[in-house]
Amino acid sequence: MIKLENVTKQFGAGDTALEDVSFVIDPGEFVFVVGPSGSGKTTLFRLLIREMVPTTGAIHIGDWDIVNLSHKKIPHLRKKIGVVFQDLKLFRDRTIFENVLFPLEVGNMDTKSARKRVEEILELVGIAQHSNKFPVQLSGGELQRAAIARALAFSPEILLADEPTGNLDNATSWEIIKLLQDINATGTTIIMATHNTEVVASLLKRVLTIEKGKLVKDQKQEKKEEK
Amino acid sequence: MRTVKTSWKHIRRNPYQALAAICIMMLTFLAISVFAFIVFGSSIVIKYFESKPQVTAFFKDEAQQSEIDALKQSLQQTGTVATIHFVSKKQALQRYSEQNKKDPLLLELVTSDILPASLEVSTNNIEDLGKVAQIMRDSPAVIEGEQGVIYQKDIIQRLSLLTNGIRVIGITIIAILAFVSTIIMVSIIGFKVSQKKEEIEIMRLLSATNWYIRWPFILEGIFYGIIGTFFGWLVASAGLLYATPYLQSFLKGIPLLPVAPVFFLTLLIGELVIAIILGMVASSLAVLRYLK
Repeated sequence: MIKLENVTKQFGAGDTALEDVSFVIDPGEFVFVVGPSGSGKTTLFRLLIREMVPTTGAIHIGDWDIVNLSHKKIPHLRKKIGVVFQDLKLFRDRTIFENVLFPLEVGNMDTKSARKRVEEILELVGIAQHSNKFPVQLSGGELQRAAIARALAFSPEILLADEPTGNLDNATSWEIIKLLQDINATGTTIIMATHNTEVVASLLKRVLTIEKGKLVKDQKQEKKEEK
Repeated sequence: MRTVKTSWKHIRRNPYQALAAICIMMLTFLAISVFAFIVFGSSIVIKYFESKPQVTAFFKDEAQQSEIDALKQSLQQTGTVATIHFVSKKQALQRYSEQNKKDPLLLELVTSDILPASLEVSTNNIEDLGKVAQIMRDSPAVIEGEQGVIYQKDIIQRLSLLTNGIRVIGITIIAILAFVSTIIMVSIIGFKVSQKKEEIEIMRLLSATNWYIRWPFILEGIFYGIIGTFFGWLVASAGLLYATPYLQSFLKGIPLLPVAPVFFLTLLIGELVIAIILGMVASSLAVLRYLK
């Protein structure tokens, strides 16, 4: 369970990225976070992985008090939360296989099991045939899949996807959404930040709307009754 | 193993920086090796002179055996004498013949009549040499003047002074080189860390611990230290081995050369330990400075 209580994040210059945000996300949920650029979606993700701490408020993920988490425990937290970054953050000098392998290497998984796991994930996200290519050799959709594969390496409880369909054509976007739905079906909590209103409207999932740092709407979409 | 692989990748991808780091380490350890040879060599040379009969008194031809015995006795009474050895005219000729056996002309010119009998005395402490020399000069049997009594106090003093001077200069040069090589290593590794800032940031976001990120850089510093040291030691040792025949003829009689292989090996091990510490300190400084 993810629980935010009155979270406010201000930056040095006095800009408020998030203001008094509170919500609870249950395990296994699929939640969209929507809002215009600069509304605070990415800041929310950065707070969740303890890339930064809130100015005020509390964040809990399961039993973990994220705000007061010691530096030593941050790597452990980041094994529980997979992140698909908006700019992907793939290592450009490593192959797709090596990119996905990296978190497992860091996590000290033995080489044989780690390689097997990478093969499984690449198969799952549908880019096994590109495993020996470098990021520069892949298309936008394939790169997104690679980033998702890396985020899934540790079978995380939570997957944060920041604009995963941002630069993709419609068909590829839907492929990615389908993939995220499949992952969600295995029990992984998914929080996806997006601008894509078509996707949000079609999926009938819970939507958190953030505007100018404030949570203005927390809505569970219902299927409209056909008359 | 992964750390070693990553470290090797860092080195391979920036060969010129690696070369610069290895060169500076090599220079430092070349200086340390040369310094070690000099200190080791000079201590043996001094010991050699210290262990030789340190005062020699030459007797007049007309000297009586009783006078010589009296001198021996008064020397022994001082309690500072380690050995006393009487060399007769005959023995002196034998020694002379042995030293100049390759030069028959010199042998023909000298007979036992020309060579004086002598008394070779060594003391336990070098400070007692003056006292012993004075007792010898006072004996009526000993040839008067400067030639009557000779001793090596001056040689040893000069050598000690020279060795101390070399030590001070050597330690200063090594300290400066060690400081410079540390600074250069800090700069090189620091530059590499800042070059990889983005990659390091991603690593952190992907749950890498600080030590996971730091170790390859620290290992890189140790690698530069080890390789640089080995080559520094190799150049210095090869130089010494090459110069051994020339030095042997110069340092005739002193049991210094050729240097035992165990000395080279001990020096290498000692230097490697220093290099590992130096490399580790330098890279740790860089990592802590640029990777907070």
